[in-house]
Amino acid sequence: MKHLMGSSAFTAWVSVALMVLLFAAGAAGYTGFASVQVGLNLLIDNAFLLVIAVGMSFVILCGGIDLSVGSVLALSTLAAAWLLQLAHWPALAVIALVLVGGALFGALQGWLIHAFRLQAFIVTLAGMFLARGLCFLISVDSLTIDAPLFVALSQTQIPVPGGFLSPGALIALAVLAAGLWIAHFTAFGRTVYAIGGSEASAMMMGLAVGRTKVAAYALSGFCAALAGLLFAVYMLSGYGQHGQGVELDAIAAVVIGGTLLTGGQGYVAGALSGVLVLGLIQTLIAFDGTLSSWWGKIVIGGLLLGFCSVQQVVARASKGLASNG
Amino acid sequence: MSTASAPQRAWNHPLARPLGALALLLALAALGVPGFLHLEIKDGHLYGNLVDILHRAAPLMLAALGMTLVIATRGIDVSVGAVVAIAGAVACQLVGTQGLALALSAALGAALLCGLWNGLLVAGLGLQPIIATLILMVAGRGLAQLLTDGQILTVYEPASFFWLGTGHLLGLPVSLFVVAAVAGGTALLMRRTALGLFIQSVGINPVAARLAGVRTAAIVCFVYLYCSLGAGLAGLMIASNIRSADANNAGLLLELDAILAVTLGGGQLSGGRFNLAGSLIGALIIQTLTSAIYALGVPPQVTMVVKALVVFAVCISQSPSWARHARRPA
Repeated sequence: MKHLMGSSAFTAWVSVALMVLLFAAGAAGYTGFASVQVGLNLLIDNAFLLVIAVGMSFVILCGGIDLSVGSVLALSTLAAAWLLQLAHWPALAVIALVLVGGALFGALQGWLIHAFRLQAFIVTLAGMFLARGLCFLISVDSLTIDAPLFVALSQTQIPVPGGFLSPGALIALAVLAAGLWIAHFTAFGRTVYAIGGSEASAMMMGLAVGRTKVAAYALSGFCAALAGLLFAVYMLSGYGQHGQGVELDAIAAVVIGGTLLTGGQGYVAGALSGVLVLGLIQTLIAFDGTLSSWWGKIVIGGLLLGFCSVQQVVARASKGLASNG
Repeated sequence: MSTASAPQRAWNHPLARPLGALALLLALAALGVPGFLHLEIKDGHLYGNLVDILHRAAPLMLAALGMTLVIATRGIDVSVGAVVAIAGAVACQLVGTQGLALALSAALGAALLCGLWNGLLVAGLGLQPIIATLILMVAGRGLAQLLTDGQILTVYEPASFFWLGTGHLLGLPVSLFVVAAVAGGTALLMRRTALGLFIQSVGINPVAARLAGVRTAAIVCFVYLYCSLGAGLAGLMIASNIRSADANNAGLLLELDAILAVTLGGGQLSGGRFNLAGSLIGALIIQTLTSAIYALGVPPQVTMVVKALVVFAVCISQSPSWARHARRPA
């Protein structure tokens, strides 16, 4: 009973219900909406966001926040494009270097946050400036990618019942599965939840708080770099302006998926329902055709308000129950 | 402390380090660009890089003043840029048809509504400040675009609208007088009334402050109202300067620069300690950095990298574990 009443479980189910409702509304309102491919396109178009949201989930679960993911995504697209097109590196080496670079960038932020007891908000904010600035040092213009592997990846369609998926969407689903396993079946995952619940308690229990926090930020940086590679394949270009505001979308997706921003409570799986809800809103606006794109921002703001308020109210109510019972 | 020598005491003054950083930056710029500090009087107006820095930093200084008080209560307001866009959109929408006075008051009124919204979410609903203001940050730009119908609204008249952003008074840009008035008013409010003390007590320990009889909810509401009002004024200044409302780009990332200014000025992000003059100097450091990088002919994109490195350096030097390291040899 208590498990069902938990505020994050409650909002996680609300987000799943909302997802179904939005899809039903679209299917009822617009012809051609109720097809499997519309659902699969949601995954294809938001694969990069799903990967970032999985990484962000770990950071938020351990009580932090990572504002640098959007710029790390941009830096990854641009670094990949530059290495492929101008330095003529082999594609696999580029992919490996970008992923390692993203993880190191995240680890550096995590180390600063832990070693100097700095606020995650301000450190990753500076990381956001740093990565964006480095983008423009590499190139101010957009670089087109025509490396055979990237082009092949972007054109491949993998048949699934009812339609097709892109390799990027499959990679995103694999990342989600890996994230679920890490969060719920490894010591690292349990330590992340413990730190989010109470860092002081986790420390007193003898858990490796520092190492876990650095690893969580490294994981988020790795996911942002992987998302950058997916984005580079999706757009076949590298550009310093890519991924503006993606950090906000990722945070919104994680919150809508039922993870508490205070840390310690939530589900990595919520990243999927959160991302799909955001994607459905955009698809609905695109299908309608008469609504302007800014309605998307207003609706997402409204959803954030709704979900945060519900979490707050349910958290208060369950606290009241606990103290009465 | 009482045995410390005079230079040591001066160094320990809260403003010493920000002022030192500003002076160092200006000196480096003057070394790199001959005539950087040169001032001259043309057509009865004072011209030069120094005046330009003050003028360009004006919106940031207004935002930083509000952010100082918000951060002092352990809060954060990331919706400043969105409020700038909303105020600019409201003013530019109305100024052509409804007259200057109504347009300006409507814009400031809209900003106050935004502040009230933030304040209610934080103080009333008890949401985390970053999330409460994130809602307005995301939705606010959408609202501003709704107001301008996704277009950049250009204002052609009345000419009086441009006075705020481009006019001169006594040979100096009008914006400087606005900042001076707001800063002076805020300082008086903080020093001469108990408000400053209340804000500090909320930041140091909200529960203790409430038990001691401070109306914490009202104080928290006030700081968000105040911050949004400053952002609205900054929005008017920007709209008046560029003679248009740009819902997408007006005040973009201004909240981050404002937070940076507060940090550079010696305010603690964990609340409690605030320093209005320090935040103003912090804003000037950011603008001097930008202007100097332009004047030196370095690609302007470097600004972001330098800013990031400065934040890392300042944060690390403020951190308790660094202070322990630094004190050990003494």
